[in-house]
Amino acid sequence: MDNEMKEVILQYIRDEYVDEDSGVKVDENTRLISGGLVDSFSLVSLLLFLRQRYKADIPDAEATPNAFDTVTSIMQLVDKYRKDK
Amino acid sequence: MSNIGSYEKRYKNFDWSLSKKEMSWDEDGMINIGYLCADRNCDLGLADKTALIWESFTEEEKRYTFNDIRIYSNNFARFFKDLGISPGERVCIFLDKIPALYIGMLGVLKTGAIAQPLFSAFGEEALFTRLDDAATSAILTSRKHIGKVRRIRDKLPALKYVVVVDGDDMELKAGEYAFNFEKATPVEKFECYKATTETPSLLHYTSGTTGKPKGALHVHGSAVAQYITTKWVLDLQPNDLYWCTADPGWVTGTSYGIIGPWCQGATQLVLEIGFIPERWYKAIEKHKVTVFYSAPTAIRMLMKEGEQLVRKFDLSSLRHLISVGEPLNAEAVLWSEKVMGLPFHDSYWQTETGCIVISNYPDMKIKPGSMGKPFPGIVATIVDPKEFKPISHPGSVGLIALQPGWPAMFRNYWNNEETYKSKFKNGWYICGDRASIDEEGYFWFVGRDDDVINTAGHLVGPFEIESALLEHPAIAESAAIGKPDPVNMEVVKAFIALKPGYTPSDELKLNIINFVRKRLSPLAMPQEIEFRESLPKTRSGKLMRRLLRAQETGEEIGDISTLEND
Repeated sequence: MDNEMKEVILQYIRDEYVDEDSGVKVDENTRLISGGLVDSFSLVSLLLFLRQRYKADIPDAEATPNAFDTVTSIMQLVDKYRKDK
Repeated sequence: MSNIGSYEKRYKNFDWSLSKKEMSWDEDGMINIGYLCADRNCDLGLADKTALIWESFTEEEKRYTFNDIRIYSNNFARFFKDLGISPGERVCIFLDKIPALYIGMLGVLKTGAIAQPLFSAFGEEALFTRLDDAATSAILTSRKHIGKVRRIRDKLPALKYVVVVDGDDMELKAGEYAFNFEKATPVEKFECYKATTETPSLLHYTSGTTGKPKGALHVHGSAVAQYITTKWVLDLQPNDLYWCTADPGWVTGTSYGIIGPWCQGATQLVLEIGFIPERWYKAIEKHKVTVFYSAPTAIRMLMKEGEQLVRKFDLSSLRHLISVGEPLNAEAVLWSEKVMGLPFHDSYWQTETGCIVISNYPDMKIKPGSMGKPFPGIVATIVDPKEFKPISHPGSVGLIALQPGWPAMFRNYWNNEETYKSKFKNGWYICGDRASIDEEGYFWFVGRDDDVINTAGHLVGPFEIESALLEHPAIAESAAIGKPDPVNMEVVKAFIALKPGYTPSDELKLNIINFVRKRLSPLAMPQEIEFRESLPKTRSGKLMRRLLRAQETGEEIGDISTLEND
């Protein structure tokens, strides 16, 4: 597992989607969509971040709630499409 | 046989007193939605019947009988009363779809206070605007959302109490209270506030083209209409397992996710989770859902997932499907008939109407793509946009207009009587939507008559988005429009002119998108941003959203004689 990528994505999620006062802890296996941390509308901003950060041309059709449900699954998707390797 | 039977006969002979009679409504007696949804069912012998099946994100299941709902809502009511909440005060409910939301709302209503449900994904600016306008006294929330409340609390002098439903083991600040309704000492008896049909019950905020969101004020008497529309449109019967996917932060989630079904003594399912197709199908199969009320966006998303997924599950328990929030396209009706063996019945109404006003009914022929016909007791027509006179010619497009006076109609906009009055023209309530009526009396939706954006069935005001955008340090000018979208009907697109010193970039776009999401909500977040040197305005400086929308959709631009030359 690419630890650096994991930390970058986790940090982005903590900064953008998790409220400091909520006491919610996020790791690579936390359910993001099905756990209610990130709603399906907000996938757009997460997708945009991944495309920018990793030059990953993830097609809209593959940006599904399932594929974005954990940082681990997100990393698999990014790995498949990233161009900055 | 459906509850409504023959639509034509019902329409011809209808009187709202029928609903009152069925509900044993006594004009001189107590009328309280909290009582009707909980205690009355126990009085009718349904105390041990399951009222709510709730499934958490992690698929943990909890069940509550009507007696549980009665006692737990009493617990809430007692807590709020002891806290000092008086009848007429506004109590905001700012929670995810958890049991405390559904039961807490009934508790608030039992005290005579006005429940103000707000979508829990609202950001702090959206929350502030609505709490400030309503001068809300208390807010019921959870640890997950308390940060947003804390960051705006200093600006809300009227907000005396912040109640945290899962705050037992957290550090609370001054004016914050932990209340766990299941651990509280059970309150067997609570004297419900004796409301009349005109006593305010709920305050639901909705968006318009201009100005801040408006609080549509509803009354306890709305239950008369919510009861009978639930019975005839949703066709709920004693053994049904009903699932309304709407969040009670929006009116569908209260009128048909709490009041209507529980006034009927129905068992309902609530999933904490948002839209995950596999989980939804699984829930229908597992709980044997019989009546399903959802939104066109969700249906189109299910369609997008394909037939293979739906065929993995046994959905044979379903017997009636209904849709609301935006026009249901004919393809969606045909799709559900093909893969689920049942057509979706489209229904039409809005925050202000409080109940379904136009719909397709069981046992009435569905014309795929049509909104259906007016509910019995509702006089609906199409009027011209100048003199607001009914248009009788079939197929002509006009504004949907309703004759005022049905029980669930809103009674005012909070602090905004002027706008309330402006909604009535020539004796009609003007809905703000355009439609036509065919020769058989079916209504066909054409579009909004204003700039309000309908995204995934939720109305979003462009002015609120533009105001939030202007608070971003890089933005000089902004405009928001609804861009047509095959799944969500519309998504927000923002046009932005930057201040000197800022350069358009993808990073800035992402920054702006997240800025709006956190301040307002994911629904209001632009899904697309276009940078421009300047935005089109009239000579008097008014933004020409119409021009931007026409450029975006390729529609006729229309009269641009007032366009500023720059």
